[in-house]
Amino acid sequence: MRRIIELIAVIICFVLQCTFFQAVSFAGIVPNLLIILTSCAGFIGGRRDGMITGFAAGLLIDIFYGRLIGINALIFLYIGYVNGFGNRVFYPEDVKFPMVFIALSDISCLFLQYFSGFLFRARLELPYYFAHIMIPEIIYTMVVTIIIYMPVRSLVNRIYVSRREIQ
Amino acid sequence: MARVQLKRKRVVLPEKYVLVILTVLCVGFMILTLTTDVVSTILSGVAGYTIIPFENGLTEIGTRVNNRMEDLKEVRTVLSENEALRARVAELEQKNNELTADRYELSNLRELFQLNMEYADYEKIGARVTGKDPGNWYSVFVIDKGTSDGVGVDMNVISGSGLVGIVTKVGPNWAQVRSIIDDTSNVSGMVLSTADNLMVTGNLQSMQKGDIDFSQLNDGEGKVAVGDKVVTSDISDRYLPGISIGYISSVKTDPNNLTKSGKITPLVDFEHLDVVLVITRTKDTGEAADETDN
Repeated sequence: MRRIIELIAVIICFVLQCTFFQAVSFAGIVPNLLIILTSCAGFIGGRRDGMITGFAAGLLIDIFYGRLIGINALIFLYIGYVNGFGNRVFYPEDVKFPMVFIALSDISCLFLQYFSGFLFRARLELPYYFAHIMIPEIIYTMVVTIIIYMPVRSLVNRIYVSRREIQ
Repeated sequence: MARVQLKRKRVVLPEKYVLVILTVLCVGFMILTLTTDVVSTILSGVAGYTIIPFENGLTEIGTRVNNRMEDLKEVRTVLSENEALRARVAELEQKNNELTADRYELSNLRELFQLNMEYADYEKIGARVTGKDPGNWYSVFVIDKGTSDGVGVDMNVISGSGLVGIVTKVGPNWAQVRSIIDDTSNVSGMVLSTADNLMVTGNLQSMQKGDIDFSQLNDGEGKVAVGDKVVTSDISDRYLPGISIGYISSVKTDPNNLTKSGKITPLVDFEHLDVVLVITRTKDTGEAADETDN
């Protein structure tokens, strides 16, 4: 049941990211909804949930928009896994904690994507990419996080936290 | 409660092993996509039938909401300008918007029709753009036509006034198109006036400014000038000849003093693509189609 909910969440976020968020992009930059989801699944649900959500999200990106299937799946898989370690110190009431974790996840994701897709094609202008792609995306992702975190948290709490208390 | 606990004890794999298994799976996928297209075909099929319907539906809603939002914006300006005639003006503006939208569509379709005439000898099918790359690194989009409509890999995609890109992956009901402004795109082009060949290369930095780079222009006599039209060249192995790409916006001589490079302003508005045409004919170079694309 939990896996099904996770997969549905990934599909919804992926579809929104490719359609709705493209329409509300600022200067061609879109926020990274899938990183928010993967990161949240990690520190709210644990390493296992982070891994599975990340793997599914990355795989979808690879199938539809990637060239090499598996590369984004790998990046998102590890981001979900590492976020899972935050599970032990996570309190749902604290908003700063998820903000920091999501920002760090987004930065790592962008750097890994740069290394895997751009550096090896001798695109060495990292300062440019940092200023014009990474920073805007992180800021925009943070803004979206602030907007959607509260409603999503109450929803997720119902699935994850209540379950944890029962056990 | 006791019965539930008795029912079965689930064997739970430790996280570390799950991580290793999934990592191996990812690496396996990568190796398999590099060597065969089995994984790609299977996953494209499965994912196509589960995700694409959602995406198509949402794009439809998005277009409507967008129209709606534009209506509202228009109405608001009118309100501040003329309060007395508010109701009347709003109503008229609404109608006007509908008509403008119609006219916009009409001119769009007319343009496409004209283009259809221009490249009349190629068989084409129309397709709608349903989704764009979720990240900010590439310029890749998905259209709502696939193998079942006759779309195949390496088919050229055009729109409005010129070349948009090339089909790089197909599923049964969708296809992935890489636009020519994408960082990994290379098109062999030709200056129409002098028939000099050049290489049109997408670049993320230029993409953000709405340009495409070109390089390796061999123009010894210095005839190529700003404003010259660039089309796809005859010697390209994947692009059909004579499709418009854009106009040269700047030229400079390379440090080697032999070739020139610069920027091209594309004819297509890549920000607002909604309908494209796929030319259902691939360029036949007489070679086996096993060459990997770049």
